[in-house]
Amino acid sequence: MYKYDEIDQQIVDERVAQYRDQTRRYLAGELSEDEFRPLRLQNGLYIQRQAPMLRIAVPYGMLSSAQLRKLGDISKKYDKGYGHFSTRQNLQLNWPKLEDVPEILADLATVEMHAIQTSGNCIRNITTDQFVGVAPDEVIDPRAIAEIMRQWSTFHPEFALLPRKFKIAVSGTKNDRALVQAHDIGLEFYRDSNNQVALKVWVGGGLGRTPILGAVIREHLEWQHALTYCEAIIRVYNLHGRRDNIYKARIKILVKALGIDEFRKQVDAEWAHLKDTDNTITEAELARVAQHFDAMPYENVPAHDAGFDAAVASNPAFAAWVKRCVHPHKQTGYRAVTLSLKPHGQAPGDISSEQMWTVADLADEYSFGELRSSHEQNLILADVKLSDLFALWEKARANGLASPNIGLLTDIICCPGGDFCSLANAKSIPIAKAIQMQFDNLDYLHDIGEMELNISGCMNACGHHHVGHIGILGVDKDGSEWYQVSIGGKQGNDASLGTVIGPSFSADEMPGVVQKLIEVYIKERTPEERFIDTVRRLGVAPFKAHVYAKNEVAA
Amino acid sequence: MSNLIKLNNGVASLVEDDWTLVQLPATQIEERKQAGKVVLFKLTGEATVTDAQIADTVIPATGKIILPLSVFIARNSEVKARIAQGEIGVWLATHELLENLTQQQADLNALPIIAIFVERFADGRIFSLGNLLRTRFGFKNELRAFGDVLRDQLFFLKRSGFTSYLVRADRSAQEAIASLTDFTKPYQGAVDEPRPVFKRYNRGA
Repeated sequence: MYKYDEIDQQIVDERVAQYRDQTRRYLAGELSEDEFRPLRLQNGLYIQRQAPMLRIAVPYGMLSSAQLRKLGDISKKYDKGYGHFSTRQNLQLNWPKLEDVPEILADLATVEMHAIQTSGNCIRNITTDQFVGVAPDEVIDPRAIAEIMRQWSTFHPEFALLPRKFKIAVSGTKNDRALVQAHDIGLEFYRDSNNQVALKVWVGGGLGRTPILGAVIREHLEWQHALTYCEAIIRVYNLHGRRDNIYKARIKILVKALGIDEFRKQVDAEWAHLKDTDNTITEAELARVAQHFDAMPYENVPAHDAGFDAAVASNPAFAAWVKRCVHPHKQTGYRAVTLSLKPHGQAPGDISSEQMWTVADLADEYSFGELRSSHEQNLILADVKLSDLFALWEKARANGLASPNIGLLTDIICCPGGDFCSLANAKSIPIAKAIQMQFDNLDYLHDIGEMELNISGCMNACGHHHVGHIGILGVDKDGSEWYQVSIGGKQGNDASLGTVIGPSFSADEMPGVVQKLIEVYIKERTPEERFIDTVRRLGVAPFKAHVYAKNEVAA
Repeated sequence: MSNLIKLNNGVASLVEDDWTLVQLPATQIEERKQAGKVVLFKLTGEATVTDAQIADTVIPATGKIILPLSVFIARNSEVKARIAQGEIGVWLATHELLENLTQQQADLNALPIIAIFVERFADGRIFSLGNLLRTRFGFKNELRAFGDVLRDQLFFLKRSGFTSYLVRADRSAQEAIASLTDFTKPYQGAVDEPRPVFKRYNRGA
């Protein structure tokens, strides 16, 4: 993975000093609450319902074992001994003291980490898919460009105070797992007809209050222009995006107001001045950064392992885990492994300090000392030999990290919700827990099959509820918490936004509602048909009819 | 004590302000200024400055003055001779269009100073405006930020081409100077140093 040189380290160290002084001035009363807010947000520090929340950057989801070990130390020393992986692949601490944050940043800087631009109205952490570099369907490993973009966006002087937050995702695979269409800018890498690396650029996607899938602003962009073209897009947005109403300040609103063709015209006019200027990426720089992401020192191992095959045949629990948590790999004899942070009855994405240390050890022992976080809020060991899978599983299982539920109903994407977040209208973690407990029968869970259930505690949509096959949104009705249900959302190349099925439900009703949605699916599905496909084939009506049937009888 | 920081060949110092800033009479349309220009036009179709405000603005008869853009345009004939003498500068609010300035005044370098007023600390339009004035319109003279200017913007303002900063009156400009050098080796190219880090240094492998 990318290793800092003295320039990278100096920027992070200087940031620690700068933020230390900003905190000092705030505590001394030299900065008002309003003045400190944008400064602390640019450093990922929120003032939350219970305590401050600190969001630590995990650029494009890549972590070293040393970094995760340090995160375990930090969450033990400065927090309550756990952290929370978010849908932007970052790690959040829910209970740090505002006064301690400069020290936390200093600790992070010792392992080449920081909290720069994890919040605030600036370019946020760039995300990609968790199987980057190892996925068999990968066309281009986009991490070098993602790292170059990380550097370019770090303290970008022109885009330090945009109208709203700004999110960029990159994807280098045929099957998009980075949700490029749900980002302010989505960059899809491909090889063009001349076998050159090129980008398809999407703009104006985003979830939140006004969910919109992005539009293609450019079919073909040579990779050298990734920075200058993004500069053109963001400059048009910075100058013309709304600033009078935060709910209408995202780039998607501007793109919609202008129409994609007019927006493209303005961006191209801007880009004409920026193209081929100094921020154009050079071959040499791409090559330098790409070296950091060279393939791992894989061993020559056979495609099959007798010990592994025997364990799968004789141990149903191991077989179930392999089926759900082990993924194909482009290197013969290797697999990628998802360590589930979704054990039933716990907050999705939460991980204890002890578990962080354990995962760091597992990464050292089995996966070249590296790991990744996913936007589904799990951790991935990307380079595990087939012959090591059984030993890895036993250790992961002993530490509560081997729930065989990846991609199933209980692998719930869930924001922190009203338990922590001051923006939330409703709690989301207890809903996730209740649904997990309702579907605790593993055979049934596997029978239901591939399913994405996403929960957001408010319409800011941190839980990505719009693109869940089942989406649950917390809403406030007359001061009490209710939940609106949508179905038919999907991420990926054929992304879609879910349709709301009808009036909202109380928290108590939610496991039953999900149960009824599943009942309709089980009854109506054709062989091999996934829930999402059944919904797309039949529409919302039969689901709605069954879920609300009792209410109609009662009325 | 002056609160104006000025860069001279990259060296920052506090200087006395010899420019007089001319303000428009009070306005009731603050909120719309926050809207993006495109949306503003679509929403209201009207200008944010009225003809009456422009007419009521008092232009001092002598001295070095910085005029609001709308006054500079509408009453240009009154100040034409003084522009030639280098006594006139212009200021814009962040919602105003640079093109309106350049249509009136093709040679921006006849103006010794252009200032941009940032009403709210968090309004990042000022950075893009500075960048455009320097890179697109070739403005070479003093570029000033004033309004809700705090030390925590200075590094970004410097990188966006601003050469003077009128720090908000209730803060120490002397202390603020230190923030101009918060970072020594920025990653990306910008106005003050167009070459990104990968073109300035040999970073090895």
